[in-house]
Amino acid sequence: MFPELNNLLNTTPDRAEQGKLTLLCDANTDGSFLVHHFLSFYLKANCKVCFVALIQSFSHYNIVGQKLGVSLTVARECGQLVFLEGLKSSVDVFFRAQAEPHPLQFLRSVSLQPSPEVHAWEANAENLQPLYEFVREALKPVDDGEAAWRCPVLLVDDLSVLLSLGMGAVAVLDFIHYCRATVCWERKGNIVALVHDSGDTEDEENNILLNGLSHQSHLILRAEGLATGFCRDVHGQLRILWRTPSQPTTQRDWSLTYQYKIQDKSVSFFAKGMSPAVL
Amino acid sequence: MGAGRGKPRALPTRPQYRASAEGGSGADPGGEAGPAWSGVGGAGDVSRPRVSGRRTGSCGLLPLPPTTAPNGSSGPSRDSVEWEGRSLLKALIKKAALGGEQVHILGCEVSEEEFRAGFDSSINSRLVYYDLFRDPLNWAQTGEALPGGPLGALQAMCERTDPGPVTVALDSLSWLLLRLPCAALCQALCAMSRQHACRGGGPAAEQLCVLGLLHRELHGPGPMGALSSLAQAEVTLSGTAGQASAHMLRRRPRQRPTLETLWFSVLPDLSLDLQGGPPLESQPHPDPHTPQVDPASHLTFNLHLSKREREAKDSLTLPFQFSSEKQQALLRPGPSPATSRIFYEPDAFDDLDPEDPDGDLDV
Repeated sequence: MFPELNNLLNTTPDRAEQGKLTLLCDANTDGSFLVHHFLSFYLKANCKVCFVALIQSFSHYNIVGQKLGVSLTVARECGQLVFLEGLKSSVDVFFRAQAEPHPLQFLRSVSLQPSPEVHAWEANAENLQPLYEFVREALKPVDDGEAAWRCPVLLVDDLSVLLSLGMGAVAVLDFIHYCRATVCWERKGNIVALVHDSGDTEDEENNILLNGLSHQSHLILRAEGLATGFCRDVHGQLRILWRTPSQPTTQRDWSLTYQYKIQDKSVSFFAKGMSPAVL
Repeated sequence: MGAGRGKPRALPTRPQYRASAEGGSGADPGGEAGPAWSGVGGAGDVSRPRVSGRRTGSCGLLPLPPTTAPNGSSGPSRDSVEWEGRSLLKALIKKAALGGEQVHILGCEVSEEEFRAGFDSSINSRLVYYDLFRDPLNWAQTGEALPGGPLGALQAMCERTDPGPVTVALDSLSWLLLRLPCAALCQALCAMSRQHACRGGGPAAEQLCVLGLLHRELHGPGPMGALSSLAQAEVTLSGTAGQASAHMLRRRPRQRPTLETLWFSVLPDLSLDLQGGPPLESQPHPDPHTPQVDPASHLTFNLHLSKREREAKDSLTLPFQFSSEKQQALLRPGPSPATSRIFYEPDAFDDLDPEDPDGDLDV
């Protein structure tokens, strides 16, 4: 985790809030450093983490996690971390019997059905219920009465790839809806999900997914590339938006903007235009 | 009941209103009977405009002074990510509940506890909540889910409303619109008003007010336009400088649509606080503690002007600027031609023709 980002978000692993949905979004840049931050943050906060990793392999996250001070191998072995490695287990989908449920079985069961409006075949993918069942099972509270871990956390990297794999935006929204109902509301845990913003107004599915999740989120972290292009000393800009989806507040939703530079083991944040390299 | 005496009226531009109006009382031919979507034009009834959540959400209908024409229909409240509309929806629900109406809520986006937070216990006991949040698609297979999915829940809700003034709140219309075909949703909304009108007794007694919350970024112009045409009022939420504003577009039958802007805030106890105008501080003030930096200092050349230099600069007249002095100089007859003469010494190669080259012109 990055201590400077903790300061900006005004949180520490001991005082992590519960029942919140955090949306990570990146536009014109790579926002995966935020995923690594939250992964190490919640592991240090002694929470049970279910990580649905669809983009990179386990060893990638492990190497970065070691730089940030957590060992994913140890966490997985002692049961704190449940890791779904999408790249590896997607191959298993095709080599196991179809009757067995698999969290990624939507990859296999994209069926073609005629659409009544248009006389053409259109893909009708299933929903993400098996993935939800996997998450629910992974974050099930331990039955021995004593809570070993603080609160369950679901981390998804990332949701946009599900759109590329053939799921509709509404199916992904339904999956997050059910995860919210189970993880956030029922078990008072947190969800952190990364969505890419391609900036392409023609990508309606992605826009629906992004906006739909934005309306449900309590915290939105948006990493953007600089408007003027690439820079060696400033890698991007982070916008933080705190939301209260249903409570009236006398103060409107609160937002801050910082610029950042990613270094080997940390990320430094500074106010706009105040990079140490240009001062 | 108006079923017998309703004769077909002249087709308005919005046939939906008419279709639903046939069930209402025809006693006042000038007024609209009350199905949910049409305006209820009875004397003395204060219908709340429905806020349909289309683009920006804001419902400004309740706080309107009683002199405004009552409408029965609701409009969508449209909100955005920065300016959320659920607190406004809850404020309107609170007002309806305090007014003695029955309030039915279809909750899809947040849990029942989160939605009920902020209402006190007396209001909470009046709210009838249909929970579509926990298991909307029946994935858990526990049998507790509302049957028929979202559409079935919507239809069941309108069947369970008792006659009398009712407010139905849909949180949110966006959630329903993403999962149901737009036509089915619009038909369900119209049927809701029709059924409620048919169930009730007198003319102005039943008013069905439907409040819907819409997130404007999620939908294209087609579904938005369809819901707009059903609604009698649309409230769009936005704001500046930390102050929320509601742009209200009201459509009344046979009247021109009106657009109004209200500045409001929702207090923690979910009461609405209307402000008169835009916030006073509309521009950010510079921080008074930061010293003003003079960019012309610390230079190797001088950019400042002394007093004499500044006076000379201000009194300078530019050569091509048309000032009043120049105008007077031109208007005055010019000096004698003797003051400007041309001296020309022809050399050997010049060909001077004494004839006037323009001699053949009749000038």
